[in-house]
Amino acid sequence: MPELLSVKNLKIEATSYPPGEPPKVVTLVEGVSFDLAKGKVLGLIGESGAGKSTIGLSALAYGRGGVRITGGEVLLNGKDILKLDRGGINSVRGCHVCYVAQSAAAAFNPAHKLGDQVIEASLRHGIMSREEAKKRALYLFRVLGLPNPETFGGRYPHQVSGGQLQRAMTAMALCPNPELIVFDEPTTALDVTTQIDVLAAIKHAIEETHTAALYITHDLAVVAQISDDIMVLRHGKTVEYGTTKQVIEAPKEDYTRALVSVRQAKRNEAPDQSGTLLKIEHVHAAYGNGFKVLHDVSMHLSKGQTLAIVGESGSGKSTLARVITGLLPPTEGRITFDGKELPKALKGRTNDELRRIQMIYQMADTAMNPRQTVRDIIGRPLSFYFSMHGAKKTERVKELLDQIEMGTRFLDRYPAELSGGQKQRVAIARALAAKPELILCDEPTSALDPLVAEGILNLLMKLQEETAVSYVFITHDIAIVRAIADSVAVMHRGRLVRFGPKSKVLSPPFDDYTDLLLKSVPEMEIGWLERVLKTRRMESAGN
Amino acid sequence: MESGPITGPVPTDGVAGETLPRSADLSGVPAKPNPAAASGAIGGAFWRRFVFRRPLVALILQRLGLSVGLLFAVSLMIFGGIEALPGDFATTYLGQSATPQAVENIRKDLGLDRPWSERYLTWLGGAVKGDFGTSWASKNSVSEQIGKRLGNSLFLAFFAALISVPLAVGLGMLAVQFRNRLPDKIINVISLAAISLPEFFIGYLLILFFAVQLGVATFPATVYDSMTLTERLSAIALPVATLVLVVLAHMMRMTRAAILNVMSSAYVETAELKGLGTFRIIARHAAPNAVAPVINVIALNLAYLVVGVVVVEVVFVYPGMGQYMVDAVTVRDMPVVQACGLIFAAFYIFLNMAADILAILANPRLRHPR
Repeated sequence: MPELLSVKNLKIEATSYPPGEPPKVVTLVEGVSFDLAKGKVLGLIGESGAGKSTIGLSALAYGRGGVRITGGEVLLNGKDILKLDRGGINSVRGCHVCYVAQSAAAAFNPAHKLGDQVIEASLRHGIMSREEAKKRALYLFRVLGLPNPETFGGRYPHQVSGGQLQRAMTAMALCPNPELIVFDEPTTALDVTTQIDVLAAIKHAIEETHTAALYITHDLAVVAQISDDIMVLRHGKTVEYGTTKQVIEAPKEDYTRALVSVRQAKRNEAPDQSGTLLKIEHVHAAYGNGFKVLHDVSMHLSKGQTLAIVGESGSGKSTLARVITGLLPPTEGRITFDGKELPKALKGRTNDELRRIQMIYQMADTAMNPRQTVRDIIGRPLSFYFSMHGAKKTERVKELLDQIEMGTRFLDRYPAELSGGQKQRVAIARALAAKPELILCDEPTSALDPLVAEGILNLLMKLQEETAVSYVFITHDIAIVRAIADSVAVMHRGRLVRFGPKSKVLSPPFDDYTDLLLKSVPEMEIGWLERVLKTRRMESAGN
Repeated sequence: MESGPITGPVPTDGVAGETLPRSADLSGVPAKPNPAAASGAIGGAFWRRFVFRRPLVALILQRLGLSVGLLFAVSLMIFGGIEALPGDFATTYLGQSATPQAVENIRKDLGLDRPWSERYLTWLGGAVKGDFGTSWASKNSVSEQIGKRLGNSLFLAFFAALISVPLAVGLGMLAVQFRNRLPDKIINVISLAAISLPEFFIGYLLILFFAVQLGVATFPATVYDSMTLTERLSAIALPVATLVLVVLAHMMRMTRAAILNVMSSAYVETAELKGLGTFRIIARHAAPNAVAPVINVIALNLAYLVVGVVVVEVVFVYPGMGQYMVDAVTVRDMPVVQACGLIFAAFYIFLNMAADILAILANPRLRHPR
């Protein structure tokens, strides 16, 4: 069978400009080769910085920013597209090869209607007339399960939801009838319940139109549902390349094995959930403009245990954390901490009450002052709560660095000199410095690569054993809930759907929402998507 | 993002910084403007419902209302400011023969013995109807005088705008197309040089070369009622050239910066990956999103063309509003100063409001609410 796309010994470089040093050339991708036949799907998988997007864009002979393709061949139907001039490349892009970006919200032009943008490439390349293109767009809107396909094209990007935009982007890529589509993390920014719809729509559309695809993602479970072959990448090099079945079920390399087994850890819940530390009773909350975000939420958490709050974006889970810290005073209800009612607003709380509740954020780099060293960042709560100074403070900072497994050589580094995982560790040390009894963790691992995230979770568990601290762990990831929680609260649109010990919440009988949520989490199993779709009610596709 | 220098045409500080965040602010407030702010301005359930249903109309009405309010505040400030000026018309007018009795008589004639609030209301009442009273110095109707002078000023500003706006936008787009290459650098250096020289200096340079040495242009640029259009045009050639040089750089650099900012966005990458040509990407995908900041800087410069030409008019002895106002200030002819001040303020406010409204109209989120 003739190959549609054949990449041979690809080498991609970029020039970086480190401050105070001469510019240097960095190799992003080296020695990557693969073949893709017509109508097949190849999954490119790896953590951030593995070069997967860079490789994907090379199929369009495109380098983002200062990225240059310096070696190898990209053969499309036997012709090297790297050797084409500007006009030649333009006749490939948007005609033979199309691209679906991670953030459709940013990738659509806000000034034009969706329909016009979807058919633009087909018209510009003279593939079809306006009438034909409109008909095809309508057909694709139907295939992709978009609501009101007849009028959908007349809407502007800001008028539709994120999941719909992602599907519209797929329609835009499919419209000119390309031979190959590059999907660059098309479902990463979506909620799980939306992700499954988009995933199903993409799979259906690819099968329907016999288009080949490069599917880029960091989530092995997602790629297992959609691809025929998988290539695992790390630091710009191929780690493993094989059929989906082989890579998922019998991985050869250690790194792949680690990816496959990630987050399969499970922890048994604590048997005794009596000694209550935090009690939230009938809490209502609203934003300054009167918009209600929490309706009658009640839950509680025992000492030394973990309460996981799970829900989609907009479910009010982060707002609940803000209410507990006092950043957003509740309009009704009360919060009791260690047997004593907490003052509603931050201003009314004593220093000691503040010390006992600390917080870790999703984006560690925006939660730290970029002009302070690790020593200052961790030392600040020490001098603020315990009036520590000089050698004593340094000693304690070193102790904390040991606790987060980082060591004293990081003392005088700035946040910019740390990796994502290290930054999150420093944020944990900062919270720990106050010797809190409760730490609120607001999606602390969702911006991290799976293996790094696992390290952070293990650290949090270890610290809980050592210091008996309690966690409220906010997440949208059921796998994390399984791994670390003792009790679980499921939230949806500002209401508490389900609350109790983990074993009860995560086992049947389920309510409708929890059922949907649990079934939407991709599992590392080939054929999972088909199985779920068969059993699932299809009316929720209107999301 | 790169912004144009803040010196030059616009007498406020932080202009470049001011124009861009304004549009960002607009795009950040999608279909529903903050109800708290809206109800604070006017209040009432009706208005709140209106803001929700027709956010665009509501925003525009708000801008109109703000402009009118601002104009009244400015009128008060002009009047108050002139009250507070040291020296008065009577002493300047009488010069050496200013006996207390004579000064008192003149003050009484002009009505200066009445309380200032009463005089303000009379003046404002007339100004609303277009009657700015009589000049103290010449005893002529101020409105009549201004009518002629304003016409001259607008004539000058119109031709300066006619040349500079398309030229600036065109050069800005050209600079983007040849970004960091020779044409871009040449455009940048020349425009920076032009913006760095004070306008009177540019004016005298132009006079030296074109009127004195080459003799191809006329100086002074005075125009009379009896002149034909061609004569007028050749008379104003040099002042128009000066104004164009002064405002060009600012507008051009802002156009360049606004388009470059948009060019680095994800949707332009999408357009590139659709295989579209450079020109189509700039014209169809970048330009509509760069309109708001560009309109803002154009409006500011148009306002400058009308309001800030004082120096250029004096240099070229051009009988416009600016020179009229400067003459009136030297003899403390208050009705003229007040009228000129108010008209300048009105132009400034009106052009800024027009820019604001156009920027709102250019925002698809506000034009097509959810």
